[in-house]
Parts: sequence; C-alpha cells; structure tokens
Amino acid sequence: MSLVFEKRKSVSRTAIVVVPIVSFMASLLLTGALLAIFGADPMATYASMAKGAFGSWRAFTETLVKAIPLMLTGLGVALAFKLRFWNIGAEGQLTLASIAATWVALYWNWLPGPLVLPVLVLVGCAAGALWAGVPALLKTRLNVDETLVTLMLNYVALLLAEFLYYGPWRDPKGFGFPGTMVFPKEAWFPRIAGRAHIGLYFAIAVALILWFVLNRTRWGFELKVIGNSPKAARYQGIAVERNIMLAILLSGAICGLAGVGEVAGISRRLQQGMALGYGFTAIIVAWMAQLNPLAVPFVALLMGALLVGGDQVQMTMGLPSSIGTLMQGMILFPMLAGSLFTEYRIKRIGAQAVRESETGAA
Amino acid sequence: MGLITSLLAITLRAGTSLVYATIGETYTERAGILNLGLEGIMLMGAVSSFATAYYSGSLALAIVVAICVGATLSLIHAFLTVTMKANQVVSGLSITLFGTGFASFLGQRLGPVSNGRYLIGLTGPRFTPVDVGALGKVPILSAILGQDLFTYGIYILIPLAWFYMYRTRNGLWLRAIGENPRTADAMGVNVNRSKYLYTVFGGMMTALGGAHLALAYTPGWSENITGGRGWIVIALVIFSMWNPARAITGALIFGGINAVQFRLQASGTNIPAAFLNMLPYLTTIAVLVAITWWEALSKRVGAPAALSVPYVREDK
Repeated sequence: MSLVFEKRKSVSRTAIVVVPIVSFMASLLLTGALLAIFGADPMATYASMAKGAFGSWRAFTETLVKAIPLMLTGLGVALAFKLRFWNIGAEGQLTLASIAATWVALYWNWLPGPLVLPVLVLVGCAAGALWAGVPALLKTRLNVDETLVTLMLNYVALLLAEFLYYGPWRDPKGFGFPGTMVFPKEAWFPRIAGRAHIGLYFAIAVALILWFVLNRTRWGFELKVIGNSPKAARYQGIAVERNIMLAILLSGAICGLAGVGEVAGISRRLQQGMALGYGFTAIIVAWMAQLNPLAVPFVALLMGALLVGGDQVQMTMGLPSSIGTLMQGMILFPMLAGSLFTEYRIKRIGAQAVRESETGAA
Repeated sequence: MGLITSLLAITLRAGTSLVYATIGETYTERAGILNLGLEGIMLMGAVSSFATAYYSGSLALAIVVAICVGATLSLIHAFLTVTMKANQVVSGLSITLFGTGFASFLGQRLGPVSNGRYLIGLTGPRFTPVDVGALGKVPILSAILGQDLFTYGIYILIPLAWFYMYRTRNGLWLRAIGENPRTADAMGVNVNRSKYLYTVFGGMMTALGGAHLALAYTPGWSENITGGRGWIVIALVIFSMWNPARAITGALIFGGINAVQFRLQASGTNIPAAFLNMLPYLTTIAVLVAITWWEALSKRVGAPAALSVPYVREDK
C-alpha cells in the first residue's frame, strides 16, 4: 500500500478556510512555547499585544497605519501570484514609488495646488509599475526568472533612495538627518483618524475592484486560465505574454500606491527606514489570504496588529518587539504545511489499485 | 604592492562568510531547492554561535551549535518544500522572517542580567589571524595566509566542493536531480532524500557564514550584523552559475566592493557608495539575462532546470 499525491483541479473549499485559522492557532501555541522557554509569560505577552493593537481607538489607528501598506502590497503580490509570477519585489516597487512621489511633491513646483495629489499618486503608481515592468519584460521576452530579478531590484531601489536622502535631496536644514525636506501641505494625504490616512480607502477600493475584475470579467477569467496553465491559455487564443505584462504592471502600480501612502500619508518626506520589509510581509499576507483580494485586508490587519503588538510588549513588558516578526514567520510554517491539503488530494492505494491503474493506463 | 596586499586581505576577510553560504546554497539549488531563508539562517547562526562562545568560552562548541541551528532551520524548509510540497519562495521567506525575528529576540534575551539581558555590546572569544611569522612580510602571500582559521576553511572547501560536484558519482547524481529528477529517480537516486540532504548541508554552511561574522569578521552581536549578506548570496549563486569553484570570484568581488567602499567612506565621501553597492545587483541581473539567453541558444549552462519545482513521484 502506498500514498499518492494528486494535484487538485481546484483547491479544497473546506481546507481554504480551516487551514489559515488552524495555522494561526498553531503559531500562537508554538510562539507561546518559545516565549515560555525564554522566561516570558505567553498569556501576558499575548494580552499585551492584543491590547497594544486593538485596546484603544488610538491603538487601532496605529494598527491601521501598518496595515494600509500591507493591504496594498498584499493585493499587488496576490495579483502577480495568481499568474504564478513570483513577484518578491514589492519592497522595491514601494520604494521607487515613494521616490517618485517625493520628486513630484518637492520638485514639480509648477503644478497648480489641487493637481499635486492626483499627479503624485499617478506618478508614484507609474514608478511602481515601471519597477515591476522590468522583470515582466525580461520574463515574457527572454524567459528570465522573475523571482531573482524582482529580488535584486529591491536593493537597487533601496540604494537609490539612500543615495537621494543622503545626497542631493537631503534637507539642508535637517541637521544631517538622512531625509528630504517635509512636503508642502498640498502633497499631504488627508488623514482619517490618528495617523491612518486615505490610503485605507484606496486599499479597500483596490481589493473590491481586483476581486470583481478577477472573478467577474473576461480579462480576469483569462488571467486565471494563464495562471492555471499558460499552455492551455495559448491554445484558447489568449495573448499570454501581453496579459502577463499588463497584470504585472498593475501589480507594480498597486504596490507603488503603498509607497505613495507611506511618504504622502505618514512621514510626509522621504527618509531613512521607510520600507520596513512591508514588501516581504506582503507575500505572507497574500499567501495567508489564499490570493483572495477580499481576504487580503483582513489578513493585513492581523499582520499590522502583530507589528504594533510587538512594539507594545517592548514598551510595557520589556520584551523584544521582534516577537511580532517572529510570529509572522511562525504563522506560515503550519500554513505552508497545510497547503498540501488544499492543493493536493491524498489517496491511499493498495497493491490491487496499483495493478488496476496500470492496466487502465495500458 | 602594499595597497594590493592589504586590499586582498580585507577582501578575503569580507568574502569568507559569503563563500560558505554561496557554496551551501549552490548545492541546495543544484538539488532543485531554492532557499530564500539564508538571511534568517545566517542571523541565527551568528547569534547562536556568539552566545555559545560568550558563555562557554569555546569557539569549537560555538561552531557546532551554529551548524546545528543551520541544520534545524533548513530542515524546516526541506520538510515544507519536499515533503509537504509547499511553495519554495514563500517557505524560504518565512524562514527569513522567523529567523530575523528570533535572532533579534535572542539578542535581547540571552545576554547577562548585568547587560539588561542584551547580547549587544558584549565581547567574547574570537578567531584571530594566524601568525605566519616571516611569511607575513611577503606581499600577496601574507594576505592569503594571514587570515583566521575560518578563512583557511574556504581554501579547502572550494576545491572540495568543486571536486565533489564534478568528479564524483554523488555529484553527478546531484546535478541530475536539479536538471531532471525523473531521470535521476530512474537512475536509482532517492530524489527526495537527496533534496533533504543538500538543503540541510546548505543551511549548515550558511549558518557557518553567519558564525564567521559574529566570531571573526565583526566580533560580537548586532541586529544588522549580516547587512543583507543572505540576499547577496542568492545573487552570488547565479553570478557563479551554480558552480562552487566560481563562488570565490563573486564573493571576492562583493567583498572587494565592501572593502573599497570602506576606504571611500574613510576618505569622507558617501555619495558613490550607493551606486557602487548597486553594481553587484545590477551585474547579477545582467548575468541572469545573459545565461538565460545563452541557455536558450546552446542548452548548456544555467540554472538547474527543475529549480523550485516540487518532485512528485508517479507511482504507476
């Protein structure tokens, strides 16, 4: 008797709901065990984290602040992953967009006031799209592996930002602080509550639109076919390369929007320590949301809560804030193990069945 | 001559950790597994080896602990990607997230109470350059020999890793697994067991790279001790076209850029550093494009064809 893994035609519906929830529980247990080993009280830690992330209106707005870029990058990544285009360059796309937005905010002085924000958003998104377009072009034209190109471009964008805020764009009155001047008021994202800004509305809108496009339009259907099998898509006369290109440009633009929000909504300048690994956490967000755009905002909120909660335990309990990152990674282990059950069907077959399938195949 | 010798010395020192991790990851990728968890594994290797050395005073024990930590983390990756057939990119990233978080946690938790439980800012035992006596006066040679034992390790590791991959039966099988697991299976190779083996080997080597940072290159523990080296290694593997002998070239170029940049900063300028630092990444993209193109033309070199593809055995 032996076990056989059969790739499912569509993912298991029960598993899609159960696996993330069980994974989260498992990560709480595993992290709790680690905390206990290193002499911290797990229950008190979790209570403090929850309080820090959701305990008050102010705390909740800070969770939103972290969740907004995670929602947007998570959506961008989810779109790319649908096509099995492993975009791990959200960090770079976010960074380049924040550079472009800064350029508009500080140096396009000829723009009339009311036009600044729309132009800033558009240019930022275009920069994100451009940064995703490079690997997409290389992939569709020359079949160059996108994982590695997107990864490398992250560093190019981060270093470019570093060059700018240390070099030509550094605020002359900043006392050597690595950052640009503060944006003029016309280039500020309106804030909703606390530091949470209108990027939240953008994120929710993008989630809804993306869900609609993917599930209710012809283009969305074509993208799904390409994601399942580019070969089959080609037989059906779908323009595979062009569609991949378009979708990845869109993915980069969405990630770019996250970067625009960070500079125009939060820091109001380009400065050191902008991209805090949102682009990488985005991959976890997209994965935990099972690439479903409607689930992304909720998962992003949870991940944002872990980050804010981590900061909280640092302040109140003197525990390292890195617990948040640790838990983010920890959630994925059971989650990934669970993908065996969502994507594969496990069949137990006896010698009898083996023989039958052999004769059947012959 | 003096300048070249001292540059070579710094370059070798800076490149040592990269060579360990690059050779490890080359083996892992040859077995068809992409491990993006290197950054996390390296950090864990660094923090665990430093803490061990600090408390036990034994450098040998520190190395053993780092190797075990690297093996454990990469075993998780192997289990998830080989047995559970999970996505390699996501699994690797979660190892990096977990490793980064856990290493930082340990760095603020394992230290002595007198230091607020922090490991940061402590000094422990470290590897020092070997005293080579009169040879230390010979140009070039003194740069090669006047290194710590870790760096001596790469002088042995590189030829050994090359020999194993290209001159032994196991090496042939390894290359077959990455190119065409089905054929390797037909040749009688236990594909999934080998994938486990080489992923764990890669993790051990990567953790050793981390240990070199904490025990020799920049002795001590700091949160950003790797400075993204784990990611640079991913680039270096491509740069060396999955050949362990070439790992040295890439590592030396990266190490060299580090060294030159250090000099530039010392001379007061900061601006070209960012562009200098970009070069390795841009070069890697160029190399990747070139080999993909070349591969399409000649079907000879390049990435293991079955990289990132889970192997499902067809039991028929």
